[in-house]
Amino acid sequence: MSDTVSGLLTIGVLVAALAASHLPLGAWLARVFTDEHHWRVERLVYRLCRVDPSSEQRWTTYAVAVLGVSVVGIALLSGLVVAQGALPLARGAAMGWDTALNTAVSFVTNTNWQSYAGESGASPLVQTVGLTVQNFVSPAVGLAVAVALVRGLARSGGATVGNFWVDLVRGCVRVLLPLALVGAVVLLLGGVVQNLGAPTTVTTVSGGSQVIQGGLVASQEAIKLLGTNGGGYFNANSAHPFENPNAVTNLVQVFLMLVIPFSLPRTYGLLVGDRRQGWAVLGFMATLWGLMVAAVTWAEVSASVGPLGAMEGKEVRFGVWSSALFGASTTGTSTGAVNSLHESYSALGGGGVLFSMLLGEVSPGGVGSGLYGALLLALLTVFVSGLMVGRTPELLGKQVGRREITLTALALLVMPALVLVFTGVGMVAPIVSSQMLATGPHGLTEVMYAYVSAANNNGSAFAGFSADTPYTNLTLALCMLLGRFVPIVLVLALAGALVAQRRRPATSGSLPTHTPTFAGLFVGVAVVVTGLTFFPALALGPLAEALS
Amino acid sequence: MTPSHTPTSTTVTNPSADSAEVTLRGAAGAMAPRADHGRRPGTAVTGPSPEAGSGRALARQLVTSVPEAVRKLDPRHVWRSPVVFVVWVGSLVTTVVAVADPSWFAWAVTLWLWATVLFANVAEAVAEGRGKAQAATLRAARTTTTARRRCADGSFETVAAADLAVGDVVVVRAGEVVPGDGDVVEGMATVDESAITGESAPVIRESGGDRCAVTGGTTVLSDGITVRITSKPGETFIDRMIALVEGAARQRTPNEVALTILLTTLTIIFVLAVMAIQPLAVYSGREQSVVVLVALLVCLIPTTIGALLSAIGIAGMDRLVQHNVLAMSGRAVEAAGDVSTLLLDKTGTITFGNRRATELVPLDGPVDGGHDRSELTRAAYLSSLADETPEGRSIVELAGEGLADNACDDLATLRRRGAAFVEFTAQTRMSGVDLDDGTAVRKGAADAVCRWVTDAGGVVQPGALEAVESIATAGGTPLVVASRRGDETPAVLGVVHLKDVVKPGMSERFAQLRAMGIRTVMITGDNPLTARSIAAEAGVDDYLAEATPEDKIALIRKEQEGGRLVAMTGDGTNDAPALAQADVGVAMNTGTSAAKEAANMVDLDSDPTKLIDVVSIGKQLLITRGALTTFSIANDIAKYFAIIPAMFVVLFPGLDALNVMRLSTPQSAMLSAVIFNALIIVALIPLSLRGVRYRPSGSTALLRRNLLVYGLGGVVAPFVGIKLIDLVVSHLPL
Repeated sequence: MSDTVSGLLTIGVLVAALAASHLPLGAWLARVFTDEHHWRVERLVYRLCRVDPSSEQRWTTYAVAVLGVSVVGIALLSGLVVAQGALPLARGAAMGWDTALNTAVSFVTNTNWQSYAGESGASPLVQTVGLTVQNFVSPAVGLAVAVALVRGLARSGGATVGNFWVDLVRGCVRVLLPLALVGAVVLLLGGVVQNLGAPTTVTTVSGGSQVIQGGLVASQEAIKLLGTNGGGYFNANSAHPFENPNAVTNLVQVFLMLVIPFSLPRTYGLLVGDRRQGWAVLGFMATLWGLMVAAVTWAEVSASVGPLGAMEGKEVRFGVWSSALFGASTTGTSTGAVNSLHESYSALGGGGVLFSMLLGEVSPGGVGSGLYGALLLALLTVFVSGLMVGRTPELLGKQVGRREITLTALALLVMPALVLVFTGVGMVAPIVSSQMLATGPHGLTEVMYAYVSAANNNGSAFAGFSADTPYTNLTLALCMLLGRFVPIVLVLALAGALVAQRRRPATSGSLPTHTPTFAGLFVGVAVVVTGLTFFPALALGPLAEALS
Repeated sequence: MTPSHTPTSTTVTNPSADSAEVTLRGAAGAMAPRADHGRRPGTAVTGPSPEAGSGRALARQLVTSVPEAVRKLDPRHVWRSPVVFVVWVGSLVTTVVAVADPSWFAWAVTLWLWATVLFANVAEAVAEGRGKAQAATLRAARTTTTARRRCADGSFETVAAADLAVGDVVVVRAGEVVPGDGDVVEGMATVDESAITGESAPVIRESGGDRCAVTGGTTVLSDGITVRITSKPGETFIDRMIALVEGAARQRTPNEVALTILLTTLTIIFVLAVMAIQPLAVYSGREQSVVVLVALLVCLIPTTIGALLSAIGIAGMDRLVQHNVLAMSGRAVEAAGDVSTLLLDKTGTITFGNRRATELVPLDGPVDGGHDRSELTRAAYLSSLADETPEGRSIVELAGEGLADNACDDLATLRRRGAAFVEFTAQTRMSGVDLDDGTAVRKGAADAVCRWVTDAGGVVQPGALEAVESIATAGGTPLVVASRRGDETPAVLGVVHLKDVVKPGMSERFAQLRAMGIRTVMITGDNPLTARSIAAEAGVDDYLAEATPEDKIALIRKEQEGGRLVAMTGDGTNDAPALAQADVGVAMNTGTSAAKEAANMVDLDSDPTKLIDVVSIGKQLLITRGALTTFSIANDIAKYFAIIPAMFVVLFPGLDALNVMRLSTPQSAMLSAVIFNALIIVALIPLSLRGVRYRPSGSTALLRRNLLVYGLGGVVAPFVGIKLIDLVVSHLPL
């Protein structure tokens, strides 16, 4: 079977699996967040945490709860990481304070940027009770925020956007835990390791000795992808044979990354009582994802000339197609797991995965964050196109007035501001440029990629850039924090502004937001806004490299 | 174009010929109050007056606005538009650089950047200039006024109109100008309101009732009235009008503010993007000059819409003024675009307001010696001859068509012959005539006429009652016609069908509104039966019969609770609460001051159908903003392709592949983009003043069309424009 046929087949199987699963999963998610009843285990949690699950919160309370959970999470996790040497299962793993803080922020913000090497930086204890807990909590937070925004659109003339504790607990208990369990078993069957045994020391064929780490890999791997986290157990991430042993597990991993983000549009459609709205958002996400997969694959395949082809930095067991598919999906979902080195991609391929993140993680984006990111862009699209039909712009009968557009614009401004400022500073600060592996346009792409990855809470790395220095650790942590929580607070404020509005009935004069025309415009706005913002930087990085 | 749009005379003495022309246009608009009524349904609001289309007039306006535009270079003014302010700062920076390190390129860029700011100011100045001259006439009416105030002891003192307070009572005699807004408390007078409405025919103002309001600045022509002042000096209707047409009181409307926020955000993003270029360029080995960076920044930020935004807003209000509608706030104009329910009074808006005879229904078969259609026609004609009500006249008109000329005796002839006309009274509820030959004819309410027949021994045929019934069921008013010849017993001849006649073209207009997503509700005091029939005939979506003012408010509240925006018109004092409750309330200028106070718009022509135009203007305003925003952002794509390769082609020769326009040199490419960016503002001034063409249609069709024209057009136009400018620039001997 040729590479092209197997590549297309892989994509075909993936798309079919997603098509089959997004409707039931989307419907399940909608039920989870509207169900009147609490499960027994959930009631136990509420009682332990002294939370009244029947109370509803205003957006402010909701936001404080989100921030509270995250601050506590960062504090606990960084404490755990710093203290890991004194705790059981240490195995000699250690991190400096700045790396520890970076790691804590990274896992709490769903970025999972790793300034350390997985197996040597974090002990199995840290990996399981620290990192894995955040692997569940951080996507559940994203889900909760997305659902709160959708409630803002769905409810008419209300004051509250839901109960964060309920949303968080349900996201974990009813969605992420069961799915991760299934995912882990599937991966285990596919050959991913899962043990608590001591490292094995083997003698290699050349006579040297090598220590091979094991660990609770399969369980962490499932939620790493399902929760669009991306932090690998091993430094090599999904390129490591224990994390991702073969083409089948690779396909499963890509599926796990995409399944929740691609199901959320359905949830959205159900929650707002108009499934067509969900189709439009799905169309938007799928178009962008399709475009990015096509672009990266094309760039990599057409770069495959010479003895090695484009195989530098790619695993032989995956090949170019599956690597490109993984690359475009991991950058489009804010996962950040990698099964190949993005640094080694061709100039345009590397630019492609970079662009995929620059879209703002909406193709289809992270768990929850993809949906709210897409809805922010939808509000922007509605604002401009709504004016063109001669009405005050509105989405689902909710007006996009001064307050709404301010919050939307600010939320969309955060990421570009962080990327442009820190990349700009990074390019001239010797403290940063000395850490680049490459020179010229490729070096520029390395630095830009790091800050884009952090500000978008992606977490993948353009491997050449060595980021484990205090300056980069802290600036990247800052990007991750601001890139995550400033939009979250603004999105919740937006939910509060929207929920207070009465829903206006749709008339033939109002702009329909479910038509192909609108979905096309929606894609156009995302691409044009991203393109206009980053064209100069891209021209000096990937484009200059590709055209030279 | 109606003749009244042609300026024939001017009452304004204005030093500037161009301003005078503007005034004329405004005044001509005001003097053609009915000009738009004849507009056929389906005619789009294509923009204001013919003058706006005349390139030469506009060119002159542009030139004469330059001094004002230069004055507006004051940073305190420019600051109001963040986008233009950034250009202003950029121009300052390049000026400093050009002075410090002169080069033809730096100076050329600097000049064109200043031109960009200037053009933005010109756009605003032209828009404002249109209202200024009109304000001058109004101001003349205001300033020359003194008032005779009644003192507590009953004597009168002469005071300046500006010293009047609310509650003062003043006396105005024939030939005097009403000193302020108020209500007539005593007397009746004819008043010339042309200063405000442009309508030269005088109107009657009298104490009590719905015609008691007088407006300051209008002139009493005959008799005298005593007026209680209801508004403070400086806040009168005419003051508000002046402020409005001048644009002085202009506050940014909610949507304009929201758009400004979006444009500001885009500007911030582009400032960051351009600022990030320098370190990237330094790293790449080619530091960029400040002039180049500023040029890039100015090209990227949405200068086109930023420069034209306030002009669009002012022009939108001006368009309303041209339709003789005064909006008290810009908010109301925007709300008009969002209206989804229109409450229209039946009488005067949907129908002509008077019932008209539409049919004569003879009774079947000759009875008692052969009554037939001609006899009915003649009887109906005779009985209505002396009836001066519109209904009566319409019967004469209808019956007259069916009679031979020699049968149409006129009133005087009949009177001379000794005919005695019987007047309609509330007791008899019928009218008619007793002719000299002994024939008596009666016409009136069914029961009254039938009693007249039976009392004299006649018999009312069942067919008559059936005809009455069927007319009433159809929502019409039946009038029974009977006659008695000499000493014969009287008999019913037939029934006249009176009905409310729907104005021609109304159902098309309602269909249009439906396409725009607007529901029309007819409000009437008629009974539900009549209301339903008229509603069906006119094609409105719903009706409210036997409506009281309370019903109206309840209906508005109900619609608003469902999230709909409601517009309505009204004139009476009892309309005031509903006008205040409605999102868009248009008061008729003939209405009471309470109604005008409660409404957020006043229609100087007192034409209730104007509401439909108001909605179109509101939509057009929003569409113009959206279209130019899209155009402005779409332009950036071409500008990037012009400037980025030009900046870095020396460093990375491969980037020349991005120079898709094949611009001659890097400097020419950058300069061409800057020049295009400045000229496009001037090119779009007419469009922003006129408004984007708006045809009432569904939203999807509108969106497609505007996306195609302003979105795709916005992508393509600068590629062509920049290339053409580059061809010129590259041939300059520099």
